[in-house]
Amino acid sequence: MDVVLLSRIQFAITIGFHFLFPPLTIGLAWLLVVIEWRGWRSGDATWVRMGRFFAKLLALTFAVGVASGIVMEFQFGTNWASYSRFVGDIFGAPLAAEGVLAFFLESGFLGLYLFGRGRVSTGAHWFSILMVAVGSTISAFWILVANSWQQTPAGYVVQNGRAELTSFGAAVFNPSTLPRFLHTVDAALIAGAFLVAGIAAVLLRKDRDDDLARRAMKLALVFGLVASVAEVFPFGHVHARQVAHTQPEKFAAIEGLYSSQSAAPMVLFAYPVTPPPELKAKVEIRGVLSWLAFGDIHAPIRGITDFPPDNRPPLWLTFVSFHNMVVLGLYFIAAMAWGVWRLQRGRLWSDRRYLLLLVISIPLPLAACQLGWIAAEVGRQPWIVYGLLRTSEAVSQIVPPGDVLFSIVLFGLLYLLLGSLYVYLLVREIRHGPPGLEPAQA
Amino acid sequence: MDLNTIWFLLVGVLIAGYAVLDGFDLGAGVLHLLTRDERERRVMMNAVGPVWDGNEVWLLTGGGALFAAFPPVYATVFSGFYLAFMLLLVALILRAVSFEFRGKVASPRWRRCWDVAFGVGSLVPALLFGVAVGNVLRGLPMDATGVSTTLVGLLNPFALLLGVLGLAMFVLHGATWLGLKTEGALQERMRRWASAGWVAFIALYALSTAASYAVAPWLFARWFANPLTWVFFALLLASAVAGPAAVRSGRFGRAFLASAAATVSVIALAAVGLYPRLVPGRPDLATSLTIYNAASTPRTLTTMLVIALVGMPFVILYTALIYRAFRGKTVLTSESY
Repeated sequence: MDVVLLSRIQFAITIGFHFLFPPLTIGLAWLLVVIEWRGWRSGDATWVRMGRFFAKLLALTFAVGVASGIVMEFQFGTNWASYSRFVGDIFGAPLAAEGVLAFFLESGFLGLYLFGRGRVSTGAHWFSILMVAVGSTISAFWILVANSWQQTPAGYVVQNGRAELTSFGAAVFNPSTLPRFLHTVDAALIAGAFLVAGIAAVLLRKDRDDDLARRAMKLALVFGLVASVAEVFPFGHVHARQVAHTQPEKFAAIEGLYSSQSAAPMVLFAYPVTPPPELKAKVEIRGVLSWLAFGDIHAPIRGITDFPPDNRPPLWLTFVSFHNMVVLGLYFIAAMAWGVWRLQRGRLWSDRRYLLLLVISIPLPLAACQLGWIAAEVGRQPWIVYGLLRTSEAVSQIVPPGDVLFSIVLFGLLYLLLGSLYVYLLVREIRHGPPGLEPAQA
Repeated sequence: MDLNTIWFLLVGVLIAGYAVLDGFDLGAGVLHLLTRDERERRVMMNAVGPVWDGNEVWLLTGGGALFAAFPPVYATVFSGFYLAFMLLLVALILRAVSFEFRGKVASPRWRRCWDVAFGVGSLVPALLFGVAVGNVLRGLPMDATGVSTTLVGLLNPFALLLGVLGLAMFVLHGATWLGLKTEGALQERMRRWASAGWVAFIALYALSTAASYAVAPWLFARWFANPLTWVFFALLLASAVAGPAAVRSGRFGRAFLASAAATVSVIALAAVGLYPRLVPGRPDLATSLTIYNAASTPRTLTTMLVIALVGMPFVILYTALIYRAFRGKTVLTSESY
């Protein structure tokens, strides 16, 4: 079997699994910053109990996130040695910075947060969850710096057989870093909001711990609405515009623009087929894409056929994943807006069907994250560093394909087991409900 | 002192930091296998529970620093030891999740499963780190595409010897930590494991040094002339004397410092011998990866140095404060694992 394909499959499996957890961790951590703040400043037992309950879920999620994260740090070396040698002068630094400036902070203070209640002052305890939230956000920044450099490399020159750093500032703040950082972190906030809202919905449907559940729901809905709206506008829009300006092949692929044109249409629905690149069952609005991407309805945009076939990403996967991510993103706004509207009308607590919808929606932000990342990474193909190094040139030449197949099976089975156990334990914790409820309140 | 040497030292500090911190976690995990008592197992797990994750970050940061400062070394070693690294990763994953998963279900069979995962997930890395170091010190056959070895080839007698040395060192260090955190019969058993650990460690270290001289004589070429060698050798001797004495008298604070000092010395002595090479070439030393032929550009090394100098003092400070918050004997509460 082909070692390039096997290494790509392994990377996809390992990063796909890993990235189920950081969005929940980051989102939940920031929500807990608010929850624990309320508990600290008001001394109110309900907020404190809420904190202790969600802390357990944070701990569980963080553990699997860390466990699957170590694999990623090592995998650049194990499977992509040629890549590591070529880009190490630039790519290694953000990873090291992530360790020094973020991992120590989040992992160190998580221990204090989970086990330090009662050992340190309540204020110091709140500070520890703040540091977990800040640390995990800084971590997201640095890893996105690294990945963004792959998408829109800057601040480098190719010499001595490798990419060499010419400007750290330009490399770190390359054209795609900020749009992607904002969009990704906001996605995490959405994931956290839907988790808390969904769990609050479970409690409300069981008429359990109503006071706690209502407070959690209100917090999650407000958080979730703001985050969902911002994710599309401005963050999603700014990110898509960045892709249009700096990664035209990817833009053409995700948007399904196959021939260059002015007044380029926004495709609302279609089914991509190749060859030749073509959209079946197309529903589109002319001019909208040109307007959104370049501010001018008549602006010309390059279609995919404008680029050499060797430089085009896979079309079906990029189009389908991007569009379904957008559909989910719009759904998140609608779902949160409905909840806030019902809340204002005082009709939320009895709306059992909506509450059920929130429960079912818990994993949807994670699905959106996966789809977004598929669009982002598959859309960058055939490049591992856009315009500089092809994925096919980047693998470890020394590793036999059989070894990679072995590790794929190994991680595949392990992650299947761990993922199932995680879901099982998470559901179990949710079923147990928040701790320390007085019998009279139950 | 040039930038490349500074980075040799910094990577060394990160490796030593990892060994001193996650070393006792791994050691505690191995010792965890040696008791059947539910309460003792919980105490041992909770003795490292609040700090293990921050400790493990030293490994991630060390790997990241190696990637940033010496990319060809990172690429060559990680791809060259492929299957060994996969085993290491699976073990570390199992250890990490076993903390959280173990206590969640009351079933004895569930807990036994996760106890095995925790123990094996600690034992395998404790062994493999020494094996990896042994193979690096011994030298590796290298060409432009990297190092060609097999898993079986990596488990050669010299590397296995250093693997067992590493295991003994971590078990010793884990025992002194657990001696600090426990009381009563459990603490007494840790005291005995620490004593045995010192004996094993000293014997294995002497053996390993002799074996190194036979297998990789170049490590000693400038070793005796370097004043640092004698500094760290003195530190090692001092800890080998003070350590067992402290264990015997039950003074675990000192015992822990002694096992930490021994760990640092062992790593430092190997580093002094290795310098300026990072991965010696075998059989041709001229193919070695050194801090000069395998380094990033001065600009990258400088930028990373600034980040390290700004970031690491904060890390040390808040890590110390967090450890301070957890000083004293491990007590099982409702929050415990």
